Amino acid sequence: MFQLDAELWRIVLLSLEVSLSAVLLATLLGLPLGAALAVKRFPGRRGAIVTLNALMGLPPVVVGLLVYLLLSRAGPLGELGLLFTPGAMIIAQTILILPIIAALARQALEDAWREYEEQLRSLGAQGMQAALTLLWDARFSLITAVLAGLGRASAEVGAVMIVGGNIDGVTRVMTTAIALETSKGDLPLALGLGFVLIAIVLVLNAGAQLVKEAAQRRFG
Amino acid sequence: MGVALAAAIAGFITVASTTSTEQSGLFRHLLPIFTAKSGIEVRVVAVGTGQALDIGRRGDADVVLVHAKPLEEKFLAEDHAVRRQDVMYNDFVLLGPKSDPAKLAGTKDVVTAFQRIRAARAPFVSRGDRSGTHFAELEIWKLAGIDIGREKGPWYRDTGQGMGAALNTAAAMDAYILADRGTWLSFRNRGDLAIVVEGDKRLYNQYGVMLVNPAKHPSVKREMGQAFIDWLVSADGQKAIADYRIGGEQLFFPNAHE
Amino acid sequence: MSSSILPLTLDNVAYASNGQRIIAGVSLSIEAGPSTVILGANGAGKSVLMRLMHGLLRPTAGRVRWSEADPASLRRRQAMVFQRPVMLRRSALANVVYALQLAGVPSGEREAQARAALDEVGLRHLAQRPARVLSGGEQQRLALARAWALHPEVLFLDEPTANLDPSAAREIETVIKAFDAAGTKIVMATHNLGQARRLGDEVIYLQAGRVLERAPIEQFFARPATAEAAAFVKGELPWV
Repeated sequence: MFQLDAELWRIVLLSLEVSLSAVLLATLLGLPLGAALAVKRFPGRRGAIVTLNALMGLPPVVVGLLVYLLLSRAGPLGELGLLFTPGAMIIAQTILILPIIAALARQALEDAWREYEEQLRSLGAQGMQAALTLLWDARFSLITAVLAGLGRASAEVGAVMIVGGNIDGVTRVMTTAIALETSKGDLPLALGLGFVLIAIVLVLNAGAQLVKEAAQRRFG
Repeated sequence: MGVALAAAIAGFITVASTTSTEQSGLFRHLLPIFTAKSGIEVRVVAVGTGQALDIGRRGDADVVLVHAKPLEEKFLAEDHAVRRQDVMYNDFVLLGPKSDPAKLAGTKDVVTAFQRIRAARAPFVSRGDRSGTHFAELEIWKLAGIDIGREKGPWYRDTGQGMGAALNTAAAMDAYILADRGTWLSFRNRGDLAIVVEGDKRLYNQYGVMLVNPAKHPSVKREMGQAFIDWLVSADGQKAIADYRIGGEQLFFPNAHE
Repeated sequence: MSSSILPLTLDNVAYASNGQRIIAGVSLSIEAGPSTVILGANGAGKSVLMRLMHGLLRPTAGRVRWSEADPASLRRRQAMVFQRPVMLRRSALANVVYALQLAGVPSGEREAQARAALDEVGLRHLAQRPARVLSGGEQQRLALARAWALHPEVLFLDEPTANLDPSAAREIETVIKAFDAAGTKIVMATHNLGQARRLGDEVIYLQAGRVLERAPIEQFFARPATAEAAAFVKGELPWV
């Protein structure tokens, strides 16, 4: 039993490491992207927004397959030796949730921009500076976008299964472990793992909500 | 190959193998023994046989351990490996529901059993995923003189799933299914399924191991991969394989020819 | 020691949006000195005219010309206060500091100048308060402090007290008078006739996107030159 707990810990920690890393990367890339789309007018902007929104629905298993083909030794980035490692899983999940974070951020920031635009331009804030000011000011409403990305990353199994290989002790995360136990017919264990996963995501969301509320009281 | 009394990990190899082998629990038993002796960590990617060989073809694994001899020989012929060695065999069992719609009770001949299933159009679940188990099943249909591609009907369920998932489906549907004994022994969700035919020679399932050809795939870890293969076929490795039991029953029977 | 950005000249400026013509052929010149009040009914185009002058909108015809060519320098020397103040999610002080940062004031001097601006509008005690929890009147005063800190040559105000109660409106008017006394050119749009009389020296009367009249304030109220202006003066309820 003790061995099972140690193994469960390892799986939980790896799941958190992979999904939180992906959320961090996707946030660093996605928020500026969303801000730029919200603020800048350029030819093809509508097409870009529609495409970004559509990419929110990227099937995880398709992303997994594409990243697998990229990282395979037979593929263009094979030299990196990333396939079947947590690094590959982080890459795949980042690609998967980047559109979600960027598209939801764009939506929130476009609404905020409507409120701020005149004043910021009047004060002389241009382009990138205005976008960054907007981003920082809207940071609490952007928490929702980040949480949506986290939810998708921690829930998916298709991408991490293909690029990670579900290797015992190396790339096995909660979702792939659940899939494995289910396919072994050990449904009680699979369900148990499932509840642990849900509990973790709930705790993360609750924490984020508390941060949001505290900040709203402080900053208005 | 000399074995180092290494406490430190010297590196790792990637072994592409099958879901049924992993789900039998063999690797959990076997690999720590090898790692303690050699200091080499073994990372197993367990997928269907077809995909395992594909991983080898791409050079994404160092060693391939599967149980589908015709496919392994094709792999050899394509120069993706230089040598194939027998390691062990396990067997398949034909499982069926208590209701036994094809009236197989008492049959010892798996080919006859398949013919009766077809005649009765009894529900039958196939893996359908180019796995070793799937190929074994197709072989038996052929031996039974049944062109399953043409003769299948709604009674034949082609699921495209791994062994455990397919067993789940068969248990839920009260269907017949061919499974490897290892997965069956550790399978918990049996429903009304039980072993109907076993021991037929045609149900034996031979495992072969190959080192992915370093000449064709320079990234292959040749020495460590070869060390693993050498250990598997050595007296030590073969004994470790034989020692693996579920509920006191031996699952895998070593038969490497030195 | 640079020269003034005024006069501001509008050459036959027009503005249309969604097929609707909002400003039609306005030519005028805004000089330094007297406070200019832009009067007109709702929908006359006051807000759009203000934004055209401030540079937030581009005219669809005609030209808006200042006496200063460098856009960065121009931006720093005119400020605008809107009907609804927009504050960042920061303290009152930080909002003023932000404006100073944008204007290129060296970082060591920003806080002191910001505090001085807050003092000027009587918000010193609220310096650390989150700007967004301040009352409407306080936020509008903060907007004026933000503008004050920049020491602009021209201050545009678009109906600055329309959303405020009379006492808050009075406080705002006091600050505007202080701007005027300090030499800032005031250009203010309002439909509050009492306020126009209290703060303005000259009136530009706008109707349906055209300038119908321009006159010193008392002359406009005593003897409006056009029938429409006369009707406007009679029809609007003056806030005392």
